[in-house]
Amino acid sequence: MTGTFELGWWGVLLAIVAGAIRVSTPYLLVSLGETLTEKSGRVNLGLEGTLVLGAMSAFATCYLTSSPWLGMLAAGLAGSALGLLHAAICNLPRVNDIAVGIALFIFGIGLAFFLGKPFIEPRAAMLPGLPLGNWSANPAIRSAFDVSPMFFFGLVLAIALEWGLKNTRWGLILRIAGESADAARAIGLSVHRVRTLATMAGGFLSGLGGGFLSLYYPGNWNEGLSSGQGLMAIALVIFARWSPIRCFYASLLFGGTAAIGPAVQTVGITEGYYLFYAAPYVLTLGLLIYSSSPTRTLAGAPSELSISR
Amino acid sequence: MVASSDGASLREPDPRSKQDRGLPVDALESLLLSLLAIVAAALLFGVFLALQGHDALAVYRTLYLGAFGTRFSLESTLTQAAPLLLTALCTLIPARVGLLVIGAEGAVVLGGLGAALAGVALSGAPDGIGTVLTIAAGALAGGLWIGAAGALKHFRGVNETISTLLLNYIAIALLNHLVSGPIRDFSQTLKAQSWSIPKNFMIGNIPGYSVHWGLLIGLVVCVAVHLVLRHTTLGFAMDILGGNRRAAQMTGLPIGRLILLACCLGGACAGLAGAIEIVAVHGAASESLVVGLGYAGILVAFLARQNPLAVVLVALVLGGISASGGLLQRRFDIPHAATTVLQGLIFLTVLASGTFRGRLLPRREAR
Repeated sequence: MTGTFELGWWGVLLAIVAGAIRVSTPYLLVSLGETLTEKSGRVNLGLEGTLVLGAMSAFATCYLTSSPWLGMLAAGLAGSALGLLHAAICNLPRVNDIAVGIALFIFGIGLAFFLGKPFIEPRAAMLPGLPLGNWSANPAIRSAFDVSPMFFFGLVLAIALEWGLKNTRWGLILRIAGESADAARAIGLSVHRVRTLATMAGGFLSGLGGGFLSLYYPGNWNEGLSSGQGLMAIALVIFARWSPIRCFYASLLFGGTAAIGPAVQTVGITEGYYLFYAAPYVLTLGLLIYSSSPTRTLAGAPSELSISR
Repeated sequence: MVASSDGASLREPDPRSKQDRGLPVDALESLLLSLLAIVAAALLFGVFLALQGHDALAVYRTLYLGAFGTRFSLESTLTQAAPLLLTALCTLIPARVGLLVIGAEGAVVLGGLGAALAGVALSGAPDGIGTVLTIAAGALAGGLWIGAAGALKHFRGVNETISTLLLNYIAIALLNHLVSGPIRDFSQTLKAQSWSIPKNFMIGNIPGYSVHWGLLIGLVVCVAVHLVLRHTTLGFAMDILGGNRRAAQMTGLPIGRLILLACCLGGACAGLAGAIEIVAVHGAASESLVVGLGYAGILVAFLARQNPLAVVLVALVLGGISASGGLLQRRFDIPHAATTVLQGLIFLTVLASGTFRGRLLPRREAR
């Protein structure tokens, strides 16, 4: 980032804001997806695998067709395929959804690394960004405000979901399945079908989050691409109390904390780089400790959810 | 989650209640289900390989050869299996009280760090004592790490699955921070690693084999855990708590203490695995501790259906799969990740097979 030096500490702040916007997008997409799934009464802990497989699918498709948008579609479809697998196994009686999630985590990552081996070297076309920083002559500011349309997609989706969950028939069906499977059955809903669709939708969004990683930021494909965003997004959903709009704020907060380390590095502070790297995890844990209670379940948690009981 | 039915589905039905039926139908059924699940996974993986244009049968032959075919591959399998024996217990013991702990990866790191630091601090101590204390420090560090998650669960109601997951990442960041500065051995320029423990603290190989003593330690711990869980009042109390929290409350069991103990013991096992990696293999803490031993341990525990003796068998199979990865890559140009795909498939089929438990074999009506 040339131009950061002349900005000094303002540059650090700028880097954190820019980082927050950039880093938060995969958190946002995955956490919105997981919110949908958990609202229906299931936990999909395998979204890290979904994210990585999505990243690989997006990159490979984009490399082969040179269309980043087709790549994003492939990422979403790969994600919903894993979601379908999760739902199909969890629909069997007496199967623990958390354990299936861990299995899919391993499976998804294995599949992504296996199929993605040939795509580690080449470069592919990237998703375009929206140049919102053109008013400034400073290249650091220009690059900081080069925002991906996926960020705005996530923002709009968060608002739409927040509204839709409360005010639409689909939102109501989803919430009934998550609050009481018996009640849902009593009014003739198929709980399995609702949860299957919700898990597939969650997988689709997580796949998109992966596609963002490989096609926008950091914008390549390798085996160290994801540093656990898919797993942290699950903690983030709990932190956001299953509210899509709070997922948006939480994602920004997570993105911002994740950006502190690289940002202070630009002004020459390298001490404790790895500790800054742990900041979002420590933050999540701290917030969980603060907001949990041994005597009652978390406010806002769907009652059918195994992690909140 | 302790009180939920999910807690119960993590565990096998208590074998004690079935003994009077004469035949251990449940044990037989578990074994049969696991075998069927592995066969199903193998078939699916075969189809997957065939779709990629590989000869599945030849791949399986090589897989067997690379895992158990020669003395060299067998020793490599045993070396791979050794840490899994211990990391599996980190999921298994808490599962007995109904907790789903997935923090073995972090506990291994903490165990390795603890052992490396203790080893360096103790340099000058007599050989045997130094080794024992070094290993004990690792187990202690791991035990406290997962014990903390248990305490958060009991005192604050923080979900243990999520907290142990986060602790994994925190542990890895802590390791990276320490070995890149505060405890870095700057004479090692190739790789960021901590100071090395004294050479005389290292435990070597079992005489006559190129397998280190960690394997034997792992076996002994598995058997010991089996005995404790199966034949002591402590194990019985844990089973009651895991099966039905309300019943445990009614009986006046010390629930908090049992949860803490289960987490500490599990964490200590994973910490032990990390310590053994230090004293038997690496000699210093570095990123080599973070190779997925903990995540593989979760798989082993579930595949063994939370039975410490079955862990031994399962660890061998999974160790074999890992050990043959290199050979597969060389012979067929199949990426190493193929073994991860296979492990994931086995995990999925084993979980899915759980749905047939109690329905596969005919049994007499319970009295």
